Amino acid sequence: MEASQKPEEKLRYLLSGNEAVALGCREAGVHLGAGYPGTPSTEILETIARMVPEMYVQWSPNEKVGLEVAAGAAFSGARALSTQKHVGLNVAADPLMTLAYTGVEGGLVVVTADDPELHSSQNEQDNRHFARFAKLPMLEPSDSQEAKDYIAVGMDISEEFDVPVLFRMTTRISHSKGIVEAGETQKPAIRGFTKNPLKYVMVPGHARPRHAYVEERLVKLRAFAETSDLNRIEWGDKKLGIVSAGAAYVQAREKLPEASFLKLGMSYPLPLEKIRAFAEQVDRLLVIEELDPFFEEQLKAAGIVCEGKNVTGLLGELTPGRLGAGLVREGMLGASTEVAEGAEVLPRPPVLCPGCPHRGVFFELKKQRGNVFGDIGCYTLGALPPLSAMDTCLDMGASIGNAIGASKVSDGKKPIFATIGDGTFLHSGMTGLLDAVYNRANITVVILDNRITAMTGGQEHPSTGHTLMGEEAFDVDLEGLVRALGVEHVENVMNHDLEDVQAALQAAQEHQGVSVILAEAPCALMPYKIKETPYEIIEDACTGCRLCLQTGCPSISLTGTLTAEGRQRAVIDTETCTGCGLCPQTCNDHAIMLVSEEVTV
Amino acid sequence: MNEIQNMLIVGVGGQGVILASAILAQAAMEAGHDTKQSEVHGMSQRGGTVSSHVRFGEKVWSPMVPEGEAHVMLAFERAEALRAAHLVAPGGVAIVNRQSIIPPIASGKNFAYPEDPIGDSRERVERVIEIDALEECRKLGNEKMVSVLLLGALSAQLDFDGAIWEKVIRSRVPKGTEDGNLAAFAKGAELATAALAAR
Repeated sequence: MEASQKPEEKLRYLLSGNEAVALGCREAGVHLGAGYPGTPSTEILETIARMVPEMYVQWSPNEKVGLEVAAGAAFSGARALSTQKHVGLNVAADPLMTLAYTGVEGGLVVVTADDPELHSSQNEQDNRHFARFAKLPMLEPSDSQEAKDYIAVGMDISEEFDVPVLFRMTTRISHSKGIVEAGETQKPAIRGFTKNPLKYVMVPGHARPRHAYVEERLVKLRAFAETSDLNRIEWGDKKLGIVSAGAAYVQAREKLPEASFLKLGMSYPLPLEKIRAFAEQVDRLLVIEELDPFFEEQLKAAGIVCEGKNVTGLLGELTPGRLGAGLVREGMLGASTEVAEGAEVLPRPPVLCPGCPHRGVFFELKKQRGNVFGDIGCYTLGALPPLSAMDTCLDMGASIGNAIGASKVSDGKKPIFATIGDGTFLHSGMTGLLDAVYNRANITVVILDNRITAMTGGQEHPSTGHTLMGEEAFDVDLEGLVRALGVEHVENVMNHDLEDVQAALQAAQEHQGVSVILAEAPCALMPYKIKETPYEIIEDACTGCRLCLQTGCPSISLTGTLTAEGRQRAVIDTETCTGCGLCPQTCNDHAIMLVSEEVTV
Repeated sequence: MNEIQNMLIVGVGGQGVILASAILAQAAMEAGHDTKQSEVHGMSQRGGTVSSHVRFGEKVWSPMVPEGEAHVMLAFERAEALRAAHLVAPGGVAIVNRQSIIPPIASGKNFAYPEDPIGDSRERVERVIEIDALEECRKLGNEKMVSVLLLGALSAQLDFDGAIWEKVIRSRVPKGTEDGNLAAFAKGAELATAALAAR
C-alpha cells in the first residue's frame, strides 16, 4: 500500500479512521447503518449522514436497539452496519450472542470502537474478547486506508460465511487521519427476507443445530484466516519476529524497522499454523498488543513460545514512549537518549461550560446532603469540585437502579437522589424508573433535560425533534412519559433559578415514594450557542468572598485586585459569560451586575 | 533513513488547534508527503487541554509524535507550551502564543497557574519564539484569525509552496474570511521569520 504511487489515477483523501469507514460503506454499497453515539465511534454515522446520501442511517435510543435494527436489515438481504463504543457493545451483547447463531442474509459489520487510555470512557475493556466469546470473526484495521478497505472485506466475509463480522477500532484509529486511496464502488441488490424458521426463530429446538453450525463455521473461518492476505508476513531481520495488529502494529513498525512482522488484519480466529511457521523462522517471537494478552495467551496455549506483556504492559495505549521503554528493558532495542520529565503544570480537568443548565441543579443538590447516584453524560462533571454533587457513575442508566437499591437498605437519614440526562434516560433509564415505581422505592430522580446528546458533540435523539438525517421527528413528551410510568409527583423547574430548584428538591423529598424533577433547559452550546448580555463584577462591591466560585463556572476567575483586607477579588470574563444569571444569585454583596446596567447606574 | 517531520500543536479547547492541524496536515499531503495526524477529541470542548500531532515524510507509520522528537511545537497558550516543552526535540523550535487561559481549578487552594511559563519553557527548548497572536489579529481587524496567524508562524519552519497553503486555507476557513485569514497567515510567517533572524 504505497499511497504515494500514481496519485493521478485515483482520488486520495486525508481521512480519520471513522471517515474512512464511512467511505468504505459507500464503496461496499452498504444500505443501512444504525447505532448510538459514543466516543470514539460517533463520527462514523455522522459522516455517512452528511456524505453518503444513498445510505439510510439512524441513531437508535441505545446500542441494543441499534444492533437489532441493523440485524433486521441484514436478515432482509441488505448490507448493514452497526456502530458503538466498546461499552456500547455490552448493551448490544444480547442480540450479538444469538446473531452468532442465526447468521445473516445480507452482510452485517458490527463496529466496536474501544478506548484504551480511557480518553472519554468509564473503563478500557478489550473487546477482542467478544469475538472469542461469540465465536465471530473480528477485523482490526491499523490505519485509515485499512479502515476503508476492511468494510468491503467484512461484508464479503459476512455473506460468504453467513456470520456477523466484528470490526474493532480504537481511539487512535478512529481519530487519526491518514491518506486513503478510493476504490471501486459496488452496487449490491437488496435480496429481501426469506422465511426460514430453523435459522431465524431461535427456540431451543432450532438453536441446538445452529450451535453446531457455529462450531463448524469457526473451523472454516480458521482455515480462511490461515490463507487470507489479511494476515500478511513482512520479512526483515529474523532475529526478532513480531506478531501485531491495529494501532499497536504501526507503533511497532516504527520502533522496529528491521524486524520481521506477521501483521494480523483479522484478530479472531487466529491463523495459528501461519504464526507457528513464522515463529520457527525467527530467533525470538514477540507479540505486541494493547491491553489484554489476547493473542499471547492463544499462542502459548497452542505451544508457540513467545513474549508479550513483559514488554508492553496491560494498561492504556501503547505510546511510542511506553513501547520503546519495554523494548529497551527486555533487551530488544538499544537504549535511546533519555527523554526529559515533563514540567509540573496545573491540570485542566474538563468542566461544565459557562451557561450550562446543569450547574444550578448541582449547586443546590450539593446542599441537600443526600446520596446522589449519577450517570453518564456531560453532567458527570457535576461530580468534580467545587460542585462535588454526584457520588457515583457506573454505566448508562445506572443512576436509577443504584438509587432503588440504596433506598431499600437505607436507614432513612439521608435523602436518595438519582441524576440522569435526557439522552441517558431514553437510552436505559426508563426501565429503571418503572422499577422504582413498581417496587415502591423512596427516591427523587432528577432528569437533566438539555434536549440533546451533548457529551458526544450534539447528536439527535427521540426528544430533540429531529433525526440523524435531519428530518423532523416526533418529540417525546418526557413529563407524559414519566407520568405514564406511574410517577405521581413530578415537578418542572427553572434550572437557572436557584430558589426554584431548591424548593423543588425539598418538596420532592417530602413526597414518600418516587418523585421526578424535570430540569429542562437547552444546552448552552448546541444546537445553538447561547449568548445573552454578560455579567461583570463591580470591583468596589466585591469582598473576595469566593461564593460565586462555588458554581464552578469557567468564566469566573480569582484574578482581580486585592481588597483592603488583602483578599483577591473575582473577575468575570465577559467574552465567555453567557449571561445565564446564576452567579448573581450566589453573591451576598450585589457585586455581580449585567454589563449594560453599569452604564445606566 | 526515512526522515519524518514531527509537528506538535497544543492549546485549550476552543482555541482553534484542530483547525490549524487540519490545514497543516492537508497542506503536507498536497505537498506530496505521506501524512498522518492524530488528536484526541471528547473532553476538549469542556475547557480541557488539546494536543494534535501532525507527521509527514516519505512513509509515516505511527500517527503519534514520539516523546522528545517534535521538530516544531506550536503552542496556542503559555501554560500548555510548558506542559509539552519536554516533547520538543533537541535543537527544535517552540512557537508560543502569549495568551494565558486560567482554568477554574487555579481559583482553588491546590493549584496555581505558572508565573512564567514561557521563561520556564526556554530552559527546556533551545529556540522559543513568542507571538502575541490576539494583539496582532486585533491590528489586522479580526480576533478570530488567531489560529491561522499562528499556523503562519509555523509555516516559516517548512518549505511548502505558498500556493499550497493558499489553496488549503481558502478551502478550510469560513466563507468571506479567506482574504483576512491569508493576511493573518502572512503576518504570522513574517513575525516568526523576524524573530528567528533577530537571535
